[in-house]
Amino acid sequence: MSSDPGLYGFIPYNRRPKITWPNGAKIAVWVAPNVEYYEYAPPPNPQRVPWSRPLPDVLAYSQRDYGNRAGWWRMMEAMDNAGIRGSVSLNVALCEHHPEIIEACAKRGWEFYSHGIYNTRYTYGMSPDQERAIIEDSIETIRKWTGQALAGWLAPALSNNPWTMDLLAEYGLLYTCDLFHDDQPMPVNVKSGRLISMPYSLEMNDVIVYNSNLSSPRHYGEIIKRQFDQLYAEGERSGTVMCIPLHPYLVGQPHRIEPFAEALQHIAKHDDVWLATGREIAEHYYAHSYDRMAADIAALQA
Amino acid sequence: MPLPDDYLIYPARRHGMDHDRYSWSHLFDRKPIVWPNGARIALWVMPAVQWFPLDMTGKPFRAPGSLTMPFPDFRHYTNRDYGNRVGIYRILEVLQERNIPASVAVNGILAERYPLMLADLVSAGMEIVGHGLDMEHVHHSGLSREEESHLVGHTLRLLREASGQPVTGWLSPGRAQSYATPDILAEHGIAYACDWANDDMPYAMKTESGPIFAMPNAYETDDRTVLMDFHHPEDSWVQQLKDRFDVLYREAEQYGGRVMSIPLHAWVSGVPYRVSYVREALDYILGHDAVWPATGAQILAAFREQSDA
Repeated sequence: MSSDPGLYGFIPYNRRPKITWPNGAKIAVWVAPNVEYYEYAPPPNPQRVPWSRPLPDVLAYSQRDYGNRAGWWRMMEAMDNAGIRGSVSLNVALCEHHPEIIEACAKRGWEFYSHGIYNTRYTYGMSPDQERAIIEDSIETIRKWTGQALAGWLAPALSNNPWTMDLLAEYGLLYTCDLFHDDQPMPVNVKSGRLISMPYSLEMNDVIVYNSNLSSPRHYGEIIKRQFDQLYAEGERSGTVMCIPLHPYLVGQPHRIEPFAEALQHIAKHDDVWLATGREIAEHYYAHSYDRMAADIAALQA
Repeated sequence: MPLPDDYLIYPARRHGMDHDRYSWSHLFDRKPIVWPNGARIALWVMPAVQWFPLDMTGKPFRAPGSLTMPFPDFRHYTNRDYGNRVGIYRILEVLQERNIPASVAVNGILAERYPLMLADLVSAGMEIVGHGLDMEHVHHSGLSREEESHLVGHTLRLLREASGQPVTGWLSPGRAQSYATPDILAEHGIAYACDWANDDMPYAMKTESGPIFAMPNAYETDDRTVLMDFHHPEDSWVQQLKDRFDVLYREAEQYGGRVMSIPLHAWVSGVPYRVSYVREALDYILGHDAVWPATGAQILAAFREQSDA
């Protein structure tokens, strides 16, 4: 174990090359629904117990299942109404379980990236080869069901190993969502190839807001708007990325959908906002910002 | 030690669910349901009356609201018992003033402990729903089939004898089930259970003895969940109930009837100042035309007449 992740160099917010998004946009906004499948009777993992009650934990299981039976549709309608495409953080086994959901997302031009196989299969305790197997499974499953080349990764249930980022780069993935150190994409130190951290967010994530911070639905709508307003104002100086990570089982509840839908409308009515997918942001960053940012970071470490 | 390779084998990776209890469908892709008189919303209020034994062990897990302090935990025992003596009466009055038919989930042991209270629920026209024996007896897969079957049978015998009702609805303590619970409930004449939190409408589950219906029971706007677990103030709770209703009422126009369930706990919502918030939420809902207040059994009957299940 090490005291520092060793994944990125220090570059303070006030000493960076300016990022401008396409068409002079001041901010890139992406919405990342976690479309997940939690198993009824998952196998044990030595480092994490999937459910708090003895199996079957029908209450917790069914709360997650709500997302796939009901919540995703409300969430999708709210996004459609604001003209926002999703970048789906996908437990890829959901392609087999509920291809109807995949099809509806694909029809709207949404991106799919991997969030592991199931949200109840953690990478804790995996060997690098076992982890390669879930990356290969993800690449193949997403290609088979959507025709897309896998570009992004959010570890299943955010379970990581010290070598995970190296493996993502080894397979040519463009971005990871597991690092929370910045509001801009940043180069990630990997053994071979390139990888960037894509701003995701714990604070904007409905599962943190609702299940950890125990906030109310209207408070969630309010903080999304405030987060956007601040980053938008900072965009006069340099572009940032705002991410709204979602879980249809939470945000898709009837008492929660409206404040979220209103917050999306608030974002969408502004000019100079780039409503993008994770892959689009990553590709733009590699083309215009990666080299300069990497050079400036290297100069600061020298 | 690395994980065994079968950690990467997924035997239930297939279309639909990873178990055989029910088939998958999504709420917005089903045949629209029309409630009686063209109502858009079936309003289903279900207070629970609960008894937490003073010597409860909380094993293998504690149902929410369980006693937590060293024996004798008079504090929590009596606070919960308040609901059975005072709180439920306050809620009943609110329901009766508004002519709202409702269901009450009752721990079976209360039929023995407080027969007067049970008789009052029955004479107020409430549907009695089985709520397990008491809050200590959670259902889980550590119980043998015989043990769990005895628990269900005993509970239903107590409630059916005391109420004179068929008692066809069920809410498990803590909404916890074993792998066998739906089979056991169906065997004992239960038509619907309210433990699973995955839908806004009834749907059929398969059991060894025919279907049992899962009834929607909004866990995340339940009074105890919002007030005690989330620590939201009451005005926020009422706002969430109104917001929930507004969305269901709106989408019912396009997608067919919806159930607005309001699960309550007599020891939570029956507190004097809180019952005023219950009144506010109900009056808001009843201020809309197309609302049908009903019991769980009535809602299920209307649903079954129209559904293929």
